Amino acid sequence: MSSSGERDQSYWPAPLWRWLAAHRPPGPFSARVWRSPLRGPWLTSVFGFVLLVGLPVVILTGLLSYVAYQPQFAGNAFPAATHGLHLPFFTWPASPSWLYRLNQGVHVAVGMALVPVVLAKLWSVVPKLFTWPPARSLAQVAERISLGLLVGSILFELATGVLNVQYEYIFRFDFYTAHYYGAWVFLSAFAVHVGLKLPTMVRSLRSRRLRDELRTSLADTRPEPSDPYGLVALAPAAPTLSRRGLLAMVGGASLTVTALTVGETLSDRLRPTALLGPRGRSYGTGPTDFQINRTASGAQIDPADTGATWRLTVRGAREVSLDRSQLLAMTQHTARLPIACVEGWSTLQTWSGVRLRDLVALAGGDGATHAVVRSLERQGAFAQATLNGVQMRHPDSLLALRVNGVDLSADHGFPARIIVPALPGVHNTKWVREIELRT
Amino acid sequence: MVRRWRDFYGANPLQLLALLASFALAGYAALWASAGRLPALMLVWFVGAVIAHDLMLYPLYALADRSLGSLARRRHGRRPADDPGAVNYVRVPVLLSGLLLLMFWPLITRHAGPSYHFATDLDTNVYLGRWLVLSGAAFGVSAVLFAWRTGRRHLGRSTQPMPSESDD
Repeated sequence: MSSSGERDQSYWPAPLWRWLAAHRPPGPFSARVWRSPLRGPWLTSVFGFVLLVGLPVVILTGLLSYVAYQPQFAGNAFPAATHGLHLPFFTWPASPSWLYRLNQGVHVAVGMALVPVVLAKLWSVVPKLFTWPPARSLAQVAERISLGLLVGSILFELATGVLNVQYEYIFRFDFYTAHYYGAWVFLSAFAVHVGLKLPTMVRSLRSRRLRDELRTSLADTRPEPSDPYGLVALAPAAPTLSRRGLLAMVGGASLTVTALTVGETLSDRLRPTALLGPRGRSYGTGPTDFQINRTASGAQIDPADTGATWRLTVRGAREVSLDRSQLLAMTQHTARLPIACVEGWSTLQTWSGVRLRDLVALAGGDGATHAVVRSLERQGAFAQATLNGVQMRHPDSLLALRVNGVDLSADHGFPARIIVPALPGVHNTKWVREIELRT
Repeated sequence: MVRRWRDFYGANPLQLLALLASFALAGYAALWASAGRLPALMLVWFVGAVIAHDLMLYPLYALADRSLGSLARRRHGRRPADDPGAVNYVRVPVLLSGLLLLMFWPLITRHAGPSYHFATDLDTNVYLGRWLVLSGAAFGVSAVLFAWRTGRRHLGRSTQPMPSESDD
């Protein structure tokens, strides 16, 4: 039965593998304790295939999100420097306006939906963790170290991501930095795992037909034929669930997680369907009752600073200082634009205010290539943000003064906030005090 | 040459090269991640996640599933091989409810309450109730389906043979 034996006893250092084989610890290290009749290379490969399609989407949108923060400008992105570990930087466009919303919605929704699949995949291969001897060659030792990195990093990425969208910071490290570098550790282990296992996955997937499995009832469910990988149980219990039942359970769990969260990014009308979405809650029905990304009190905004004494300073070739009534007297433009957060939620509102490009012209900034926007907020990672030239000059890019026909509320950035199409949410600086045009 | 290497190492040299390239990239990422005070803590979380899953979470659900199975067997005694009784009608809602708790415990337990309030100006009080309702609904639907199936079987047995579970 066992695939061990004959040829693989001779790899270096053979005495070590022999010694290990002769000293099997008790408990889960005996292959006979693994009794699920459903485990096998085909089942593992089905989960593997789903992850092979889904995880690259999560990785790519994650890396794109980093570029969307425009790290080429100091202070814009975290981690600040990535030492070559990033996609090529490019000027993040300002259209279509839903670009970042789509990117981040996909990143978070697909990542969430894959949690049950990752757990199922790990369940399907858990006997291998306890295979004895743990290795029969140095090649297997190296691969197992790599698998440790793979499993550690995917659990790390999923855990930190899921915790972060819920504002749960029990990890005492910076989320952005950890999630970003963790992703590269995962990427490196994932790439080599796919490279080494792809032929096995294809072969295993071909060993059974999905269509036939979906027609196989519990009564006809049999274990997969014994395999060289140690996944198929040596002493299988009688099945209590068909293979299609297990697939339905995992798929159903994914769909449930999606159904209970995805409303927070699909539309404001569907938001209440996100029963477990951190941003599934409604604020009410008023014009400023929409998702707040950081409250004025949380950001320690002094109400005195936002009153009649407030001035906006724009510094280009000239320096102009404008109070709110002067800004309201300028040509007003209205645009329907989303706030799309890195956490995957978004909200679409109707903003009106002064076009940024009008302010740029007013301050003699025709030659400016980027603009640093500073908030009244004294500290905090996003008390300032730099906009690129495209973002600064897009006709829908606004210094918003009003939203949905009324003045901004304090929590939405009164007296004035930035709203730029396709910009990551936090870069839409609230409580703006200064715009510095740079070349 | 390649064959001698295989006999010594246990795999094609390409396998080792690919793994070493992967370790180098992972090491490079870890090196830059460690520019701050992250490294030790991140490592704890990396290893902790594996231990928490493989040696705590997994054994927990394996054990729960096994005791559920033996409980069902003891309760109902012998059954036809294709009838696992109520097992799946318990298993599915338990797993679903457990998964939601695992993923959303910061909101459900209100542990994330203060930082959630800081960001949103809302509280996390509703989530425990929602999770309970969702879990209750899962168990309820499951119970109804089980009762319906059981009823149908009894009915089927008293009139004519039931169509089997398979579609063909």
